[in-house]
Amino acid sequence: MRLFKFADHVNIDFVAGRHIAFLVTAIMVFGSLALFAFKGLNFGIDFSGGIMMEVVTPVKPDLSRLRTDLNNLNMGNISLQEFGSDRSVLIRIPEQQGGMDAQKQAIETIKAKIDSEFTALLEKVEYRRSEYVGPQVGEELKRSGLWAFALTIIGILGYIWYRFEWQFGVAAIVTLVHDTLAVVGLFSLTGMNFDLGTLAAVLLVAGYSTNDTVIVFDRIRENMRKYKKMAMRDVINLSVNQTLSRTLNTSFTTLLSLIALWAFGGDVIRDFVNAMIFGILVGTYSSIYVASSSLLYLPFADAAKRHEHQSTPDAQAA
Amino acid sequence: MKYIPLWKRLLIAAVLIVTVAFCVPNFIPAAQREQWQKTLPAWVPMQSISLGLDLQGGSHLLLQADMDSVNKKRIDDAQIFARKALREANIAYSSLSLKDGAVILTLKDDSQIGEARKALKSADESLSIDQNGLELSAHFDDKALKDMRDKTIAQSIEIIERRVNGTGTKEPIIQRQGDDRILVQLPGMNDPERVKSLLKQTAQLTFHLVAAGGDGLNVLELPLRADPKTTLPLNRRPLLTGDMLVNAQPTFQDGAPIVSFKLNAQGARIFCDVTRDNVDKPFAVVLDKEIITSPRINEPICGGSAVISGRFTVQEAGDLALLLRAGALPTSLTIVEERSVGPSLGSDSVEAGKTATLAAFLLIIGYMVISYGTFGVFAAVALFVNMLMIIAMLSMFQATLTMPGIAGIVLTMGMAVDANVLIFERIREEIRAGRSILSAIDTGFEKAMSSITDANLTTLISGIILYAVGTGPVKGFAVTMSIGILTSLFSAIMLTRVMVQIWLRVKKPKTLSF
Repeated sequence: MRLFKFADHVNIDFVAGRHIAFLVTAIMVFGSLALFAFKGLNFGIDFSGGIMMEVVTPVKPDLSRLRTDLNNLNMGNISLQEFGSDRSVLIRIPEQQGGMDAQKQAIETIKAKIDSEFTALLEKVEYRRSEYVGPQVGEELKRSGLWAFALTIIGILGYIWYRFEWQFGVAAIVTLVHDTLAVVGLFSLTGMNFDLGTLAAVLLVAGYSTNDTVIVFDRIRENMRKYKKMAMRDVINLSVNQTLSRTLNTSFTTLLSLIALWAFGGDVIRDFVNAMIFGILVGTYSSIYVASSSLLYLPFADAAKRHEHQSTPDAQAA
Repeated sequence: MKYIPLWKRLLIAAVLIVTVAFCVPNFIPAAQREQWQKTLPAWVPMQSISLGLDLQGGSHLLLQADMDSVNKKRIDDAQIFARKALREANIAYSSLSLKDGAVILTLKDDSQIGEARKALKSADESLSIDQNGLELSAHFDDKALKDMRDKTIAQSIEIIERRVNGTGTKEPIIQRQGDDRILVQLPGMNDPERVKSLLKQTAQLTFHLVAAGGDGLNVLELPLRADPKTTLPLNRRPLLTGDMLVNAQPTFQDGAPIVSFKLNAQGARIFCDVTRDNVDKPFAVVLDKEIITSPRINEPICGGSAVISGRFTVQEAGDLALLLRAGALPTSLTIVEERSVGPSLGSDSVEAGKTATLAAFLLIIGYMVISYGTFGVFAAVALFVNMLMIIAMLSMFQATLTMPGIAGIVLTMGMAVDANVLIFERIREEIRAGRSILSAIDTGFEKAMSSITDANLTTLISGIILYAVGTGPVKGFAVTMSIGILTSLFSAIMLTRVMVQIWLRVKKPKTLSF
């Protein structure tokens, strides 16, 4: 009984589908870039600074009324969103002018207002957590986040450069950029909170995507040595097919972990998990379709010795 | 089939024993553990994983020290002392001023440059002096500024420790972060507001006489704390300062909470003289530029102890006494980041983490056993050992476990079986290619190694960078993930291989049903 048993005996011509894949990829990459440029990201307080509170009310609150009431307090744009259960509300308040006392004042005022809406009830409003990030710290976190991103990419690329020929490095960059942009695009599209946890997820997707890609590249290199005359296109197809079972299995076990986290891990890490799940799906797709196919367009030294591609790939795999 | 060398068997046994030894304390209730700790020898591991603030509830505060005002005060003082020194040395100068944090001295002629340098240096040892014609510019260089910063932060940490300990907070963490910041972690703190209000006060205490006549330079207008709109004129020069206090305690007078304090010998003498000379005149007790109280001096106070009354609540009196005992901060602190988690969210998160971990474990081992049969069972055992090793490593290094950390562990489980998947898939391929069972297994393990190394190293690179550059939640995640990757190399490769070898020897299978 195996989920991916079909993957043992497949001989799918993945490379043939590359034009569709490139189109999908182009849409994803340019769509994400456009979203990022025009819509931007919904930065959480980690990056934008401000106050965030998680509140559990005794009964289901009337969110739109509460939103109007709180925004009438003149503290700038206060955003409310349901968080996990329908009695739990996440409140975001922009940084207040006037230093520490102003922040404290703002929190007190908000608390008093919320309390006053539920005074008739026996149970009290519970303030589960509150966070404040000053504007300077927010800027610093943003900067260190960008650093982390740049260093991760440099680190991974450095490793691939060291382990493989440069052509693989180029293909890996394409894949890495593709995967991380897709996740950023998703966050821009859905307007989900982009905070420190999400950034960690993006970086992990970068690592994971390369991990997936490297396994395929490893096999392509092995097959290039083994079949010195086989057309590059067939080497790629053969390698992707041979590693398909592993690619699917590993992505699947990782997805199982993420599903467990999504279902039981609570709301605090939900955005992180969403980012990871999407990233793993995109990463699996890209390591099968994008990474290997882009090798076809890069010049390898032994290209001259290889046969032209023939229309029946099965003939050569044996 | 290759024989398992002795060193490998010993290594595996040793790793397993250490793992179990460091895991066990996590499953013993804390009270029991404390009891045993007293009787058992010190080398028996007794520490459990320490939970982060997001799991046990508490407050994380990042405070920034106001170094600008410290530096400004120091250069202001330097200017005052320089003026005095120049006068004493009879040096003629055309101007002495402050510009961009430097004292600028312009001399009348160059006959006294040497003396002028000396005078500036005597005003503050750490000044470095540049000369440009008749103009001398004295400023603090980077080293002097750094020394000042180090001293200010060290002093602040000491004061904060005293204040926080005075509130009865258990196991607070107070440490310097970066150049001019201090991290304060208060586990289990239900009401961070009290500590916050204690930390944001510099607690600069002074006693002043209320000024009789208004003279701009010598008079200080300060507001009353009870009524900030009203101000009183005070003599700028304080009679007493907070550092002359040796003790302060909250107590009661006529049923109202007050703070009683004791002065040191010098303070007591001054207080005695001043109160004797100014009977019937009002004086003011000032805390951080606010007048707490301004009583009339009824009689000379010469015993060295007195009280401050100011319509306090019991808590306010207690906190004021604590602030006075702990001493004044060298500069003001601003909260630049705060994260507070209530205890109920913390314990909910712990439960959520446990459930998610267990669910992920069951899902993954279920899938591995279904996919790979007997080999899947080996992978499941390896995964279980991997979990134990992560727990053991976290306990051993006393790393802090946070919610993102738990996510890291769960995610690592999914990735840890990756090594097993790679090996098993490769064995399958080799068997399809017509190899015998034994040779297929050997080749499978060998050929999968290069892929496993690549895969784990790329993930480890992101993990290490996340740890190095990231803060807070990101770090917690990076720690468990990196540990998990490292331990998985042992469990998924070495341990699985030994299990397979033992199985081969015992069962002697003719075919592999994959």
